[in-house]
Parts: sequence; structure tokens; C-alpha cells
Amino acid sequence: MGEPFLLKYIHERDQGDLAAYESRGGYAGMRRGLSMAPEAVIDEVDKSGLRGRGGAGFPTGRKWKFIPRDPAVTKYLVVNADEGEPGTYKDRTLMEGDPHRLIEGIIIGSFAIGARQAFIYLRREFADARAALTKAIAQAMAAHYLGRNILRTGYDLEIILATGAGAYMAGEETALLESLEGRRAMPRLKPPFYPAVKGLYLQPTAVNNVETLCHVAWILAKGHEWYKAQGAPILISVSGHVERPGVYEVPLGTTIRTIIDLAGGMRRGRKFKACFPGGSSSAILTDAYLDTPLDYDALPKVDVPGTMLGSAAVIVMDETACMVEIIARTVEFYRDESCGKCTPCREGTVWIGQVFHRILHGQGRSEDLDLLSGIAKGMTGTCFCPLGESVPPSLNASLRFFRHEYEHHIKTGTCDVKGHRARP
Amino acid sequence: MTDGVRGPGSGVRGGSGLSESARAEIRRLIAQFPQRQSALLGALFVAQDEIGYLSPEAIRDVAEAMGLSDSEVTSVASFYHLYHFKPVGRRLIQVCTNLSCALMGCGRILKHLRDRLKIDVGQTTPDGRFTLKTAECLAACELAPMMLVGDERYGPLTLEKVDEVLAETKP
Ligand SMILES: Cc1cc2nc3c(=O)[nH]c(=O)nc-3n(C[C@H](O)[C@H](O)[C@H](O)COP(=O)(O)O)c2cc1C
Ligand code: SF4
Repeated sequence: MGEPFLLKYIHERDQGDLAAYESRGGYAGMRRGLSMAPEAVIDEVDKSGLRGRGGAGFPTGRKWKFIPRDPAVTKYLVVNADEGEPGTYKDRTLMEGDPHRLIEGIIIGSFAIGARQAFIYLRREFADARAALTKAIAQAMAAHYLGRNILRTGYDLEIILATGAGAYMAGEETALLESLEGRRAMPRLKPPFYPAVKGLYLQPTAVNNVETLCHVAWILAKGHEWYKAQGAPILISVSGHVERPGVYEVPLGTTIRTIIDLAGGMRRGRKFKACFPGGSSSAILTDAYLDTPLDYDALPKVDVPGTMLGSAAVIVMDETACMVEIIARTVEFYRDESCGKCTPCREGTVWIGQVFHRILHGQGRSEDLDLLSGIAKGMTGTCFCPLGESVPPSLNASLRFFRHEYEHHIKTGTCDVKGHRARP
Repeated sequence: MTDGVRGPGSGVRGGSGLSESARAEIRRLIAQFPQRQSALLGALFVAQDEIGYLSPEAIRDVAEAMGLSDSEVTSVASFYHLYHFKPVGRRLIQVCTNLSCALMGCGRILKHLRDRLKIDVGQTTPDGRFTLKTAECLAACELAPMMLVGDERYGPLTLEKVDEVLAETKP
């Protein structure tokens, strides 16, 4: 394992300036990429083994190979900068701290797939990132890294900074494209609307996450062999009951336990209770799973259905967390963010929300736990998109591991978690 | 980009609709995209930043600039959390209430804000200074519990820190 590099410069105050960025080796990946054949660039990314960091973990090189090569077909690259998965904040950190890295990754990716326009769909609340990217794009334009005939290669590229408007659903790639076309952020039917086939304006489109494209800039600068020797780094957003919440760069496959240690251990020496290993869309895990490697293949293999690496956001809970309240909060989130397109998600989240409401207000009934499992079962595999499918995993896992907490709430109308403060 | 200042009286405008400079900004946004409607979300923010919220006149002007019907624009805008259909205070306070902030005590922060401002979530102080809202994860969990005041992030919050922020926020 090498030194961290994705986060290496984010605290340098002048990293957002082109000159400083280049003095630290920036845009070397772009220069190398543009001197290669587009297919060779894709090969380089493919060989690196890079998998998308937005949540689905699809191999980036393979995604780009799906884009038709025909030069007569207009293609687009769209950057998913809508970071909204609860607990995730690494993309914002990268854009604020190292904005040129993303621009460099966009140039390389666009060149590789033959796109002449790239769009950054940036979350509206990211004002600092917007300022940093606006400046980086202007500087890259002035240096002829964007615009016409970039570095005299004959390649043209324009980057357009677009805006989100507050909708978690817009982070899903097909809903994002709807939103970018100025409509409600509702997901499209796959097939036929795989972005690589029919994407933005129904043209072939690569949708890539911010962190993914930052990796691409490094891979092209240093080569896939160097990159792999670093142990396939990944950014983990750690939050909750740890001493030092933050974004940590570690090799893929680092265990949950090691991540918590890196984050300074449990807050005030308290005991670990559970965590979401990959944002709120992944099932929660207990202390029996602390030695599970955070990796795309290992997490889905544990015996808790719906566990995944997702956006690599580890949300840590200590013994003072009331699991009924936590799961209620996640359900409310998905209920409020549901786009309403399909019934299992639209209705299921409301029903589950109602059951939680009465359990937390001392009106739970003995049959409520079976009811929760039943609704969760009805939502599993029936939702139109992954948003609705994100509800059952943690609900089921909490019913399995913390059933006694639910039962206590139902029987007594109170919470028996020591040190827990109920929601005011 | 919004500077967090909202409400009647902010921005220059003519009549009850959009000013010429806002219209020019919307034309600039439209010109960026291969298809005009892609500028809609941005155009709505231009209107909202100028008028303070999406008034019927603002919607009408945006619809006209975009070549869409008023109802189409309203239907799109109503999908998203960050558009306001009634006036909001000069400073919008958004308290994150998602998981990481909930674990770190956002409930106390929110209660304190309600007590201090004497308003409930979704309401505006009578002097038009603050509107209080809750928000889903604002992607700043290292600052939990945190809030946005306008575009400015604050955290990790304590009750004292909240008082400081309220005191230093311009009227
Ligand atoms: C409900 C939902 C929300 C999502 N939110 C995001 C997001 O905020 N950022 C992101 O990059 N991907 C998000 N994704 C994943 C995207 O659909 C897509 O897989 C990703 O942007 C592809 O980029 P990658 O291959 O580089 O990871 C979300 C998916 C779903 C289902
Ligand atoms: S699962 Fe939920 S968010 Fe996804 S399409 Fe159905 S209603 Fe919309």
C-alpha cells in the first residue's frame, strides 16, 4: 500500500489554482491521455480495475466500452456530482479541495468515449464546490485544456456546469438525466434506457461519479500498474459516533474495524453497536461483522441480505443509539424522497413510516413486527428502482439483531437504550 | 449563485416579474445547453434568487423564457426541495436531520432553534429575518450536527454555537 494520493493535496490552500495544481504534477494524465488512442485510454482504465465510486461499483473501463465508437454519433459525458447518499461526503471534499483533478478526469474520460460536451450535475447546496469548479473550468479554458483543438490534438471539449435542485432521487443516473433535461427526477425504464445506449437527449452517455473521474486522472498520470500497486484506493466517508469523523483514503478491502480505528475509535470510549457500511441504502451490521473487508465482493457475501459497499459511507453507532429511532429515520428519508412512480415504494414507505410512528409514540401493537416484515417483503424485488429497494435491508437487519428493542418499545412505550436521548 | 439573501426587496427588478438582468442570465443559461429545457432548473434559481421565491409572476416569466407552459414549469419545480412557493426569510436556515446528524444530536439543535426563533419548522420569523427548515443529508457529516445558513455551513454545532451564529447573522 502506498501513500494516500487522492486526498494528498486537498488541504493545500492554492490547490484550486491551475499553476499550483500543475506544479504538483497536475494535468500530466490529460497530456498522456490525449497523446494516446481513445481505445488505449479506455484499456488503461480497464486494466486498472477501477470500479465506479457512485454506489453501483460497475467497472469504469467496461462502461466506456459500451459507448459506440461511431464518430458520427453525438456522445456525452455526465458527471454525477449530486452526492446525496446519507453519510457520504467524499465527492464534495474532492471538488472543494482539488477541483482541477475532476476537470482533468473529465477531459480524459470525454476524450476516451469521444464526447465533445460534458456536463457536471452539481448538487445545489455545494456553493463552495461550485465556486471552485467555475474557477477551474475558466482556468482550464484559458490554458486551452478545454475549448477548441485542445493541445493541438484536434479534439474539442466544452464542460457545462449544471445544477441540481434538491432531490435525492436525482442521484440515480437515469433520473439525473431526466433532471438534466429539465424535468422531474423520475427514473427511466432499463432497458432500453441504459445511458450508454440512450442517455442524455437519447444519445449514448457515460454517467460517472466525481471520485471515479478523479481516480481516472491519477491512473492516466501514473499508469495502471502504479495504481494497482497502491492497493486500489477508495475514499471512505466516516461519520457518527467516532472520535474523528472524516474522509479516509484506504486500500479497498480494509476492514470496518480498521476504519473505525483510523477515525480515532469510538467516541468517549463507548461500545460499538452497529454501522451502515455503505450509506443508508446498505443493511446495518453489528460487532460480529467488524472484520468484514469493505469491498465490492465481500460485503454482499455476508449473511445479512442487502449489505453492500455502496457509496462507502460508514455510519457508526455506539451503544447509546436507539435502533428503532434510527431505522425510523431512514424510512422517513426514503418515504420523503420517493418519486412516487411505483406503488410498492410510494405506499410501502408510508405504511412502514406509520407503524414506526406508533411504535415510537407508545402505541405499538404486538403484531407490528410481523407487519413490518410483511411490508418489507412486499417491497423486495418489486420496486421500479433501487431507492425503494433500499428500505428492506436495514429494516430486516434491525428486526433480526435488535428485535428486543422493538419489543420493549411496543410493550412499555419507552426506550430501554441506556444514555439515549429520545427525539425532542 | 445565491448569496443566501432572499426575500422581497433583495435584487433589482422591474414590476412584479423578472428584471432585464435576470432575463439575460436565463438567456445565457439556455445558450449553454443543446436543448433549451435543460436550463430550467438553473433559470428557476435565477428567478428565486431575485424575487425571493417562485411567485406566480416569476413562474410566468421563466415559462415564457423557456417556451414552456406555466403548469409544466410548476410541475417540475414542485418536485424539488429547494424551490419556495411562498416568501421565505432573508436567511434560510437548513438543519440536517439525517442519520449522522441525528446520531450527533440534531434534535437538540433543532429544538433550540425553534425556541430561540419562536417559530416551528417551515415558518418564518415575524421580522422576516429567518426561515427554519430541516434538510436531508447535506454531505457534511464530518461537521455533524450541522446546518446551512444561506450557503454557509456551520458545525459541529452546540447550543452556544447556534446562538453565536444567530447573533452574527446580519439582520
Ligand atoms: C437513489 C440513488 C441515488 C444515487 N445517488 C448517487 C449520487 O449522489 N452520486 C453518484 O455518483 N451516484 C449515485 N447513484 C448511483 C448512480 O445511479 C450511478 O450508478 C453512478 O453515478 C455511476 O457512476 P460510477 O460508475 O462512476 O459510480 C445513486 C443511485 C441511486 C439508485
Ligand atoms: S422505487 Fe421509489 S423512487 Fe424508485 S421509481 Fe419507485 S417510487 Fe420512484
